Amino acid sequence: MKTGTIRQILLITDGCSNQGEDPIAMAALAKEQGITVNVIGVMEHDVIDEQGMKEIEGLAMAGGGVSQIVYAQQLSQTVQMVTRKAMTQTLQGVVNKEIQQILGGGRTVEDLPPEQRGEVMEVIDELGETVELDVLILVDTSASMKQKLPTVKEALLDLSLSLNARSGDNHFSVFVFPGKRKDVEKLLDWTPKLESLTSIFAKLTTGGITPTGPALREALPYFDKKRSLRSFLNRDDESFFEESV
Amino acid sequence: MMMNPSLKNLSKISSGTIIEGKWHHNRYTIIKQLGFGANGIVYLARHDSKQVALKMSDNGMSVTSEVNVLKAFAKVQGSALGPSLLDVDDWETSEGKVSFYVMEFIKGPDFLSFLKQKGPDWTGVMVLQLLADLQLLHDNGWVFGDLKPENLIVTGPPARIRCIDVGGTTMQGRSIKEFTEYFDRGYWGLGSRKAEPRYDLFAVAMIMINTAFPQRFTKKSGGLEEIMEKVKQSPELTRYEKIISYALSGKFLSANEMRMEIIQVHLPDAPSRSNRQQKTAKQPPFPRQPARSPVKKAKSSTSVQTRKQFNKGKKKFAALETITIILVISLMYFFYIYSQIT
Ligand SMILES: Nc1ncnc2c1ncn2[C@@H]1O[C@H](COP(=O)(O)OP(=O)(O)O)[C@@H](O)[C@H]1O
Ligand SMILES: [Mg+2]
Repeated sequence: MKTGTIRQILLITDGCSNQGEDPIAMAALAKEQGITVNVIGVMEHDVIDEQGMKEIEGLAMAGGGVSQIVYAQQLSQTVQMVTRKAMTQTLQGVVNKEIQQILGGGRTVEDLPPEQRGEVMEVIDELGETVELDVLILVDTSASMKQKLPTVKEALLDLSLSLNARSGDNHFSVFVFPGKRKDVEKLLDWTPKLESLTSIFAKLTTGGITPTGPALREALPYFDKKRSLRSFLNRDDESFFEESV
Repeated sequence: MMMNPSLKNLSKISSGTIIEGKWHHNRYTIIKQLGFGANGIVYLARHDSKQVALKMSDNGMSVTSEVNVLKAFAKVQGSALGPSLLDVDDWETSEGKVSFYVMEFIKGPDFLSFLKQKGPDWTGVMVLQLLADLQLLHDNGWVFGDLKPENLIVTGPPARIRCIDVGGTTMQGRSIKEFTEYFDRGYWGLGSRKAEPRYDLFAVAMIMINTAFPQRFTKKSGGLEEIMEKVKQSPELTRYEKIISYALSGKFLSANEMRMEIIQVHLPDAPSRSNRQQKTAKQPPFPRQPARSPVKKAKSSTSVQTRKQFNKGKKKFAALETITIILVISLMYFFYIYSQIT
């Protein structure tokens, strides 16, 4: 099986967008382009915001990804779990496509008897280890996130540690919203390691509104920027998980 | 994705509920909930008048993944790595399909509760048992991954530690599937998340620390010094200080190596007893030697002998005594292993 690139957006927010396009529609738009949207909702210990929670779940559902609410303390572990789970889910979607072609009748892995499912899982595990992964990280830096940013930084460094233990290549880029002049601002261009984040994050200021929808919309084209640059450099880079899940 | 019953609903299954598998048609009667974690819920259930543990999850792939590991473990001869696997199936509910697997019910308290009951004398013994299991697991190409007290149950009597929850168990060379921050070397800035034996040995050291710090102190900036500072504050951990430091910094290359050093600490003439300070000052660092199997008694006792002579010079009498004790222990261990195999 030919492996392409898995493309994910990892949105870190406390929910409650309040400006611009409907973020859920934008997540659905991402999914149509073969990009899954995963959302991590960072909450204060005692504050459980119903509406924020609903938005977080809705975003991941529309974006074909995974969502998880977390209290700031366990953020690192959760970021790894969500990313990994989403990757498995995407790969499962790809494998399901192949299985449907073989079996017909819209049948998926889950319809196989448990014994055969195991073999499919082994293939997925292997793919998950070797597949190329692009993660665009989108961090909410609106006023309400101020206290949480140091933990977010830790969690992102930690994510790069987890993913770089795989044998497949990783590329990360980091965006924050709201940006200084625009809805979204690029902090870090595509890079295999996130170490440089430490110094950039130190200079980061929080404040302003939460334009989650516009931020998602504007972040999407950056996947193509990376792709066109790379296919310019080496022209054998095809096969993407366009219609997966 | 298909809509499955949520984890929340799965945690509310009442006792007496009968779970019948779609494929193999075995019937399990729920007795009570045993516990839950990030991956699923485990119930105690009855099947043919026998008690079993049944784990279900809203994520079918995580069930499949754990079952794969348990199947691989079953192929390892004469061992009890993880609970033995009894059945895998789907349960069809009105809300959708739930994947589950059935395993051996491991009866007993978790690791920390056991030690709280029995006292710190048991820490060493339990860690020795754990390391023996890990050596076998590593020899077969795996790394346990999510090693922590909650995933260790002590059954018996006679007391025997058992690992449960193979959700983090990863083939060596791959990236660790699942971990818990406090027990993860990456989190403390002390290594990668590549699955290799030393990843588990780090967690073993943290488990030892956890016995003395049930509250699990929080990380400030990470690093070896920060953890060792805590270790030095605990009188219970003093005798293991050096071993813990070695395991945390990845200097033990195998579980057996770490095991041998713990056996050393528990010898009657160990430095932890009389005038400890003086002796530790003179003691050389642990000898760098290849992994030894505890069963090969002749080999391991000679290397201990060398070491003793190195330490004490003329104290031949004490050395002789020590060798005798080690021989006896090795023999007992040998028979123990032998009785486990047959
Ligand atoms: N085979 C078993 N025998 C007895 N108790 C078990 C068994 N498996 C799991 N448990 C109990 O259920 C809890 C959760 O199971 P675990 O497999 O660790 O789930 P998770 O992967 O969600 O952490 C464990 O902490 C333990 O208390
Ligand atoms: Mg567990």
